[in-house]
Amino acid sequence: MLAFTLRRAIQAIGVMIAVGVIAFSMFRFAGDPVNQIVSLDTPAAEREAVRKSLGLDDPVPVQFARYFGNAVQFKFGVSYQFRQPVSNLLMERMPATLELAACATVLAMVFGILMGVYSALRRDTILTKFFQAVSLIGISLPTFLIGILLIYLFSVTLGWLPSFGRGDVVRIGWWTTGLLTLSGLKALIMPSITLGLFQMTLIMRLVRAEMLEVLRTDYIRFARARGLTTRAIHFGHALKNTLVPVITVAGLQFGSVIAFAIITETVFQWPGMGLLFVQAVQNVDIPIMAAYLLMVSLIFVTINLVVDILYTIVDPRLRSTISRPA
Amino acid sequence: MTVPVLSVRNLEVEFLTRRSTLRAINGVSFDIAKGEVLGVVGESGAGKSVTGLAVIGLIDPPGRIAGGEIYLSGTRIDHLPPEEIRRIRGKRIGMIFQDPLTSLNPLYRIGDQIVETIRTHLNLSETAARKRAIDLLAEVGIPAPEKRIDAYPHEFSGGMRQRVVIALAICAEPELIIADEPTTALDVSVQAQIISLIKRLGRDYGTAVMLVTHDMGVIAETSDRVAVMYSGRIAEIGPVQDVVQNPLHPYAKGLMGAIPTLAGEDKRLVQIPGSMPRLSAIPPGCSFNPRCAFAFDRCRVDRPEPLKHGSHAVACHLFDTAPGEAAKETAA
Repeated sequence: MLAFTLRRAIQAIGVMIAVGVIAFSMFRFAGDPVNQIVSLDTPAAEREAVRKSLGLDDPVPVQFARYFGNAVQFKFGVSYQFRQPVSNLLMERMPATLELAACATVLAMVFGILMGVYSALRRDTILTKFFQAVSLIGISLPTFLIGILLIYLFSVTLGWLPSFGRGDVVRIGWWTTGLLTLSGLKALIMPSITLGLFQMTLIMRLVRAEMLEVLRTDYIRFARARGLTTRAIHFGHALKNTLVPVITVAGLQFGSVIAFAIITETVFQWPGMGLLFVQAVQNVDIPIMAAYLLMVSLIFVTINLVVDILYTIVDPRLRSTISRPA
Repeated sequence: MTVPVLSVRNLEVEFLTRRSTLRAINGVSFDIAKGEVLGVVGESGAGKSVTGLAVIGLIDPPGRIAGGEIYLSGTRIDHLPPEEIRRIRGKRIGMIFQDPLTSLNPLYRIGDQIVETIRTHLNLSETAARKRAIDLLAEVGIPAPEKRIDAYPHEFSGGMRQRVVIALAICAEPELIIADEPTTALDVSVQAQIISLIKRLGRDYGTAVMLVTHDMGVIAETSDRVAVMYSGRIAEIGPVQDVVQNPLHPYAKGLMGAIPTLAGEDKRLVQIPGSMPRLSAIPPGCSFNPRCAFAFDRCRVDRPEPLKHGSHAVACHLFDTAPGEAAKETAA
């Protein structure tokens, strides 16, 4: 088990090095960074001085080693547009994105699983048909459209919820949270629904399909022949077996929720990393783009690792195949 | 006469399809006494398993029990509401399925599955149920049960898993065990162990056993009586020795002729020509008539009812001593 975790961790480091190479190469292919920093009429000698001070005249491998060494310590250089260390900018924006992503994922998991289980067990009810209609909408409407529709309905027409921003935030150490104020919570509702709707429908469809599959298996039939209560069969035996694939998808989706919060953050002007990234792209702020790329891949790699470990906790069969590899 | 543990009267099971209604079981009647093992044989699709599922109330839509009665120790159980038949399942009727590899939930320890079943049916504490589970595992021949109780299903061999399944089936000391092909998925050497285990349990607890299989060897070794089924009906039923050695129904004769013997001389095994009719195309009269070498005119018109003939009951016009008594069966 420990060997398995270690092996996976080493693979994860390999992936991160590969991503590091890609992130670094952005600096070299997206034009001369010196031009981004200095103004147009800066004399050549001064340009050289800037180049030297940034270490841009060193050989490429040396630059890469330096970049990667710094990245490991979460130093991603200085943003061209803000003239601030990128890591500070990211740290400042990260709580907003993580809160939004966590909220959206919890929403998606809770409602997705409930709706999925319900629609698998009560196949022909009106509520099931309604859920399936909702899931069709969630899976086919683009995120920005849902966001705009929500804003139109609840902010413009009804005026119940704020249309942009995070509301009032409370600072706890370096973390800023919107979960403790009323305006913060109100501001969180629409972005989380917008961000979580697609995941929710995905999870609902997955749970429904898996549940229907599991209910047909022999061990469920045998559980019924043993006279167990319907409740125990559905929620003890069937649901646990359903959750194995759901964990994978939900885990990977959490990664994409963070990575692709960009659209939702743009629609709601949510002050998170996604919005920072969009601004960076508009201003060719490469240090931020490279750091964002590294961050997102780190999140994905970590989630993958966690999902692999979670698997073995849920499914005892994997535990034993891992402890004695073929 | 004592009341039989299981009494099935004119059972009919139908499956509704989009085009028509298929009758999988058509007027099956039999009894099983306390401590008796009834073997049920027949080809695939003869209705053996469906009969077993009907008794335990696990016929799922689109299937349904269309007629007849099922009595468990004198109480009618076929029309009970779902919650009441659930209480009977596992407590008064235990069931063993064909494939032990897939009968157990792979994510739960076997001990948890046994304890869960015990506590569903008997009013026992967690510790008492666990102790009982260990005793049960010992009873069905699992070595070191106090250790193995915490193992997962995949950590057992096929034969051992079937023992666990049997322990689950008997954990509330049922009056009746329905074993649906309990040995088909197992090695021959393991088969013998499982058969003797089922036989011993039946003897020790006085449990009635309905043993569904297509393996005549298993029936001959285990059963007291045997019912030969053909396309949803019982063709012949009687004490196992009589039916095996002196089958009357042409189909039963064909079945017995198809058993290879070790002692017998080198001769070709008899094969019954053709195959069983599909449920949507059961011929009028005796459903075996297109394959029967002895069929005559009446067989193509009249459906034979099982009639007593010595120790057997046989549904064949060849043995109908009172001709002219036309079958009066109509759909109930």
